[in-house]
Amino acid sequence: MIEVILALILWAFGWWVNVRLAEGPMARTRAVRLAVPVIFGITVLLVWELLVRGLNVPMVILPAPSLIVTRFVTSLPVLWVDFRQTILKGALSGYVIGCGAALLVAVLVDRSDFLRRGLLPVGNLVAALPIIGTAPILVMWFGFDWQSKAAVVVVSVFFPMLVNTVAGLAQTSAMQRDLMRTYAAGYWQSFFKLRLPAAMPFIFNGLKISSTLALIGAIVAEFFGSPTMGMGFRISTSVGQLALDMVWAEIVVAALAGTAFYGILAAMERAVTFWHPSQRG
Amino acid sequence: MKSVLAVLTVLAAIVAIWYAACVPMNIKGVLTDLERAGAQVVPEGAVARRDRGAFGLVAKNSFAISATWAQERPRLPAPHQVAVELWQTTVMKKITSKRSLVFHAWVTLSATLMGFAIGTGLGILLAVGIVHSRVMDMSVMPWAIVSQTIPIIALAPMIIVVLYSIGVQGILPKAIISAYLSFFPVVVGMVKGLRSPDAMQIDLLKTYNASPAQGFWKLRLPSSMPYLFASLKIGIASSLVGAIVAELPTGAVAGLGARLLAGSYYGQTIQIWSALFAAAILASVLVGLLGVIQRITLKRMGMA
Repeated sequence: MIEVILALILWAFGWWVNVRLAEGPMARTRAVRLAVPVIFGITVLLVWELLVRGLNVPMVILPAPSLIVTRFVTSLPVLWVDFRQTILKGALSGYVIGCGAALLVAVLVDRSDFLRRGLLPVGNLVAALPIIGTAPILVMWFGFDWQSKAAVVVVSVFFPMLVNTVAGLAQTSAMQRDLMRTYAAGYWQSFFKLRLPAAMPFIFNGLKISSTLALIGAIVAEFFGSPTMGMGFRISTSVGQLALDMVWAEIVVAALAGTAFYGILAAMERAVTFWHPSQRG
Repeated sequence: MKSVLAVLTVLAAIVAIWYAACVPMNIKGVLTDLERAGAQVVPEGAVARRDRGAFGLVAKNSFAISATWAQERPRLPAPHQVAVELWQTTVMKKITSKRSLVFHAWVTLSATLMGFAIGTGLGILLAVGIVHSRVMDMSVMPWAIVSQTIPIIALAPMIIVVLYSIGVQGILPKAIISAYLSFFPVVVGMVKGLRSPDAMQIDLLKTYNASPAQGFWKLRLPSSMPYLFASLKIGIASSLVGAIVAELPTGAVAGLGARLLAGSYYGQTIQIWSALFAAAILASVLVGLLGVIQRITLKRMGMA
């Protein structure tokens, strides 16, 4: 019981600190902007821990954060094997193939107005569909190993990437294109010097959307059959064994991988599109 | 008009490629069946054909091409096979029948809609809180954005089992997964929308001596509508994915996800494809419906 009261006090205290920080004179500084969400996150974790202990919540319902951390540290080798199987082999190879293919197709489509008119509505429609449903078919075709997961990822990232790239390549104004023409620039010169750089914000938007889709595709495809490793496999078997600390450890890995993936893309975007208004603030 | 023609051309090309792809994909199975039925096949014996390329086999056995579009359990069913299956399992069956796709689609759709309603409602509430409270903005918003980058759908199997163990089952666990998948896009989009009025407009309301509540109802909420609809479309698509994925780990017997899983267990490829198309049609109808509502709403508000 004492833990529950402690949790309530801690929650109130964390909130009070954040209120002081957010409404204080320092609220606009970078340090406070970083500190407030961190304090919030730590408070949530501590309250979670205290409540689970205080109310004796069984592990099969919600394991305490400390248990998850212990499990994470003690099963690092297993987690690494799963990470390599699902993220590095399945998601990443599929992501590179899918986004690369979409980029090439977008450049081809962009040359023909007819194709663009035809493909864009279809691509927009397909981008909103539950592509994950193709997983059982692709597992049947490409086997249980990572190739089928990569195939699911290719299918699910292709259309969002295509739609974004085609939209990006249409971003230049007639004035800019005319300027290139007065310089006697050829198609590829104006493509590489004007239209591709102008499309970069859109391309990175597509890449960012696709990064989440790639992880989702690779993990969910493993629910339809996989070798005895991989994050989706581990999650579904650990749920069956009621080893929820393992499930949470895998989710931590997925979260870390997702944010790292996204962070790398955002850093690349800042380096490539430094000229764009959204990056200059 | 030109666009319609272009779209139709693209669709026709997709169907043509699909038919063409059926031939090499199914040729081995077809030849085995034909040989068993007594036809002359080159080369003879399934073992001799195992390592041959699919295109070589097609070239030598061109009489078998039409059979690749009519197999019972093809690796890749032809478009008309999927269409026939869709027709038979929707229109020809009673909707109460366990074999009717309408029945399965309804099971998934009800979970999707319930979850979508919960997720959107909570999302809008949190967004209102975030816009009005600096503390909530600074504490919660970064986490809401981070949550967009992680595959939270990986939580789905766990949520189902945990809820089952505390006695909650049926439609609610699926709806909860749908809800949290649609929750975060709505929060992020709605916060952006509620912040979209510029300083000039907010100042104008201030000079009118408007209260914060009036500012919310008369300025912030109306101007958030385009953002809200954009994120609702994303939200409903991911709600549907959530409901489908939620049916996988429990071995549910009803729903589109259950159809996909059962099809992949028993090698019923036509069943998988028809369930996939049913899910796709459902998704596009839902998104399209939201699009229509968006257009009507924005038009009545004078924004479109």
